[in-house]
Amino acid sequence: MIRRDVALLLAAVALVTLPYWMSGIYYINVASQILFFAVFALGLNIIAGYGGLVSLGHAALFGISAYVVGYLLQHGAGHAIAILGALLAGLAAMAVYAALALRATGIGFIMITLALGEILWGLAYRWISVTNGDNGINLHGRPQPFGFDINSASGFYYATLIVFVAAVAAVAVFVRSPLGAALMGTRDQPRRMNALGYHVWAIRFWACMFSGLLTSIAGILFVYYTQFISPQTLALTSSAEVLLMVIAGGAGTLLGPIVGAGLVVVVKSVVSGFIERWNFLLGAIFVAIVILMPEGLVPGTARLWRRAWQGKDGAPP
Amino acid sequence: MTFWLVLTVNSITFGGLLFLLSAGFSLIFGLMRIPNLTHGSLFMLGAYFGATFIGGYLALRFDFWVAALLAALSVAVFGALIERFLLRQLPGQQMAQVLVTLGISFMVADFCLLAWGGDPINVATPSALAGFVRAGPAVFPLYRLGVIAIAAVIAAALWLLLDRTRLGAMIRAGVDDPDMARVVGIRVSQLFTIVFALGAGLAAFAGVVGAPILSVYPGLDQDMLPLALVVVILGGSGSLLGSFVGSIIVGFIYNFGQALFPELAYFVLFLPMLLVLILRPQGLFGRFVP
Repeated sequence: MIRRDVALLLAAVALVTLPYWMSGIYYINVASQILFFAVFALGLNIIAGYGGLVSLGHAALFGISAYVVGYLLQHGAGHAIAILGALLAGLAAMAVYAALALRATGIGFIMITLALGEILWGLAYRWISVTNGDNGINLHGRPQPFGFDINSASGFYYATLIVFVAAVAAVAVFVRSPLGAALMGTRDQPRRMNALGYHVWAIRFWACMFSGLLTSIAGILFVYYTQFISPQTLALTSSAEVLLMVIAGGAGTLLGPIVGAGLVVVVKSVVSGFIERWNFLLGAIFVAIVILMPEGLVPGTARLWRRAWQGKDGAPP
Repeated sequence: MTFWLVLTVNSITFGGLLFLLSAGFSLIFGLMRIPNLTHGSLFMLGAYFGATFIGGYLALRFDFWVAALLAALSVAVFGALIERFLLRQLPGQQMAQVLVTLGISFMVADFCLLAWGGDPINVATPSALAGFVRAGPAVFPLYRLGVIAIAAVIAAALWLLLDRTRLGAMIRAGVDDPDMARVVGIRVSQLFTIVFALGAGLAAFAGVVGAPILSVYPGLDQDMLPLALVVVILGGSGSLLGSFVGSIIVGFIYNFGQALFPELAYFVLFLPMLLVLILRPQGLFGRFVP
């Protein structure tokens, strides 16, 4: 436990001082991307990891919030209203998703979320009078929360870091809460949970809403970061990317999605620097991870580590 | 009146194409219990293969129908390889199998972009079906009527295969109860490969047949996959009749939607899906809730 606290402290210090030791705006921006994609992956992990409900339409929820910010700002609303509207729209869309997709679990859930996500993508692509189609919507400037200027790279990094820490704390509390425990119960033994008197559907629904909230927040950070939103953000590839973050890092763990987000963002930024074929690589990594290390990097490494440790001592630590 | 008539014929044509695509999708889903997310990619791959065979490569030029059969055959082999060497590695892990098909679909899409470039390829209608048919004031392209006929013939053939042959009986047994089918001595895992190859071949054939209407372009896979998904959600998985009825419904809604409110055409697909999910989660003719 002490070792874990030390590691946590070191990570916190490293994150807070990052703009001072990381040279170059580019790398600070990559760090910001990792953080908001980590919030997104944490959101998906709530249902995919802890709830056993894998969604392949989450990028559309992320994109809806981003679009609402863009649309409202374009029509003269202030940042506060735009952000509030985006949160509400994201949650409303998640409620519709959940109401429909929770008719099924497992593969059925995947199919329905996939179809819903693709339909929203089609809407963003073709409803040109609202979304501006393939040209997307441009933003002009970031808000100034409580008077802080977040237009610089490090300013935005700190704003993202604060949201990220709050999200990690919220997820940690959620997982330890009775609702979190009940959610894991519905993942492992839905019938028994039902027999014990739990309302399985309601537990899953509220987990979905929490997931939608985090996704929405990540979408808002994303659109303020890139200052641009286009249908590509809602596409199936984006949903698959975030699912890859969750699965690669380790679904159903707190650290997994964060590690996965770091991995995917770094590989994507490094690789797309010198080859064009990111999607091919994304697909190949996906297949490799699913076949070779299905439990994900964090639990997989932990297992290897434990095995090595036990091999030395001959007894579990 | 003419407008509605033409629109109706177009809807049935598109429904026929969708049926060719989704019949295999539905059978794979029914038997292996996974939505094969490569299905849109197989459709696109078939269309690109067909376009290449027709357009000529290294002085080899094929007739449209020969090209369609060749494309179907090569994609069927590709499908069988996917099933044998990737999905077979993950027995019983449906979630992992779905994710593998998703990964492959990205690889295929990127491969097509690399091999054929980003420009759409137009495929000429086969010369035998290039004309028009007049019915009063309305004029129908003969090719569209031909597609309807092809879809009808294949639907009948599939029905005969599933309902009247030994193989069909084994497939139906596998769909209804895979464990029981194994117990009575049916090699269900062998059926997986056969059905996967059959579905892949049908999807590729649909891709070639659809090419003169839809043309071939990157992103065709992402346009078709959701339609196949909606068809199966509507019609129910593992049911041939379900995918037939679902295809016609989606064909009509999609075409009428595009004609009446083009910006929201994709969105109106949502409505029948919503109704079916609320009233009958297993789909209109489905045998089980996925």
